[in-house]
Amino acid sequence: MRAAVVVFPGSNCDRDLAVAFREAGCQVEMVWHKDTTLPSGIDIVGIPGGFSFGDYLRCGAIAANSPICAEVKAHAARGGFVLGICNGFQVLTETGLLPGALLRNAGLKFICRTVPLIVGTEDSVYTSGYKAGQQIDIPIAHHDGNYIASDEVVAQLTAEDRIAFRYGDNPNGSTADIAGILSSNRRVLGMMPHPERAADEKHGGTDGKAMFASIASALAAA
Amino acid sequence: MKARVHVMLKDGVLDPQGEAVRHALGGLGFGGVDKVRQGKVIELDLADGTSEDTVREMCEKLLANTVIESYQIEMS
Repeated sequence: MRAAVVVFPGSNCDRDLAVAFREAGCQVEMVWHKDTTLPSGIDIVGIPGGFSFGDYLRCGAIAANSPICAEVKAHAARGGFVLGICNGFQVLTETGLLPGALLRNAGLKFICRTVPLIVGTEDSVYTSGYKAGQQIDIPIAHHDGNYIASDEVVAQLTAEDRIAFRYGDNPNGSTADIAGILSSNRRVLGMMPHPERAADEKHGGTDGKAMFASIASALAAA
Repeated sequence: MKARVHVMLKDGVLDPQGEAVRHALGGLGFGGVDKVRQGKVIELDLADGTSEDTVREMCEKLLANTVIESYQIEMS
């Protein structure tokens, strides 16, 4: 199976994400933000963490309007898989591929530490390697991770079982403790925590590894 | 010609930065500040004849995230 990782000026988790995909058995290609096409045969696009375009204007806003993002939207519209982590989640909300928005952390501080997450659903290629209700420990590193959406959107996400991860101990003020959400076709995942930073023994934790393993096995079979 | 775009968080969206500014004002001894909302002002130098509708399109596509923000345009 083939993954593409998008690189924006200011991305800083692109190589970590590529390594996590590669270690899980994916063939990975890096894609520059000015590229106007994705390599052919790509199964999943990864939008990495970092500070694309210096977080100018709003986190993810300028990246969401870059040439490659038109292709990422078309890929998603075709039923392709997209994984946005941290700044990637912010980009996905700015493109409209996922609902809601990410505001400044309620405590105003940049938070960089490993936090407990509760798996919300097993029903996606991203979470099928976990059990619903299972606690996993994954690092966060963000200033703007405070998820906000209208009551109607949160009710819909809940009713449709689209909350992939919740914080065990809400660090940033996110509505309904939301740490990650799925699109309605369950193929686009945006999450603030960094599973690619918990995918190797040397990271100090491997709870993120199951995500990349389940993506690789599901898409290899597809 | 110029346009000035004011972008503010919508009412009801918590503004932690505004809240921090309010606390700081209180700490400086300014009483009676009930609420602070922090936004941004974007000034655009535009080709003559650019319509307000075009600026509105810029706001909708990029300058504001209408999920959380509202905007006002001043043309001059």
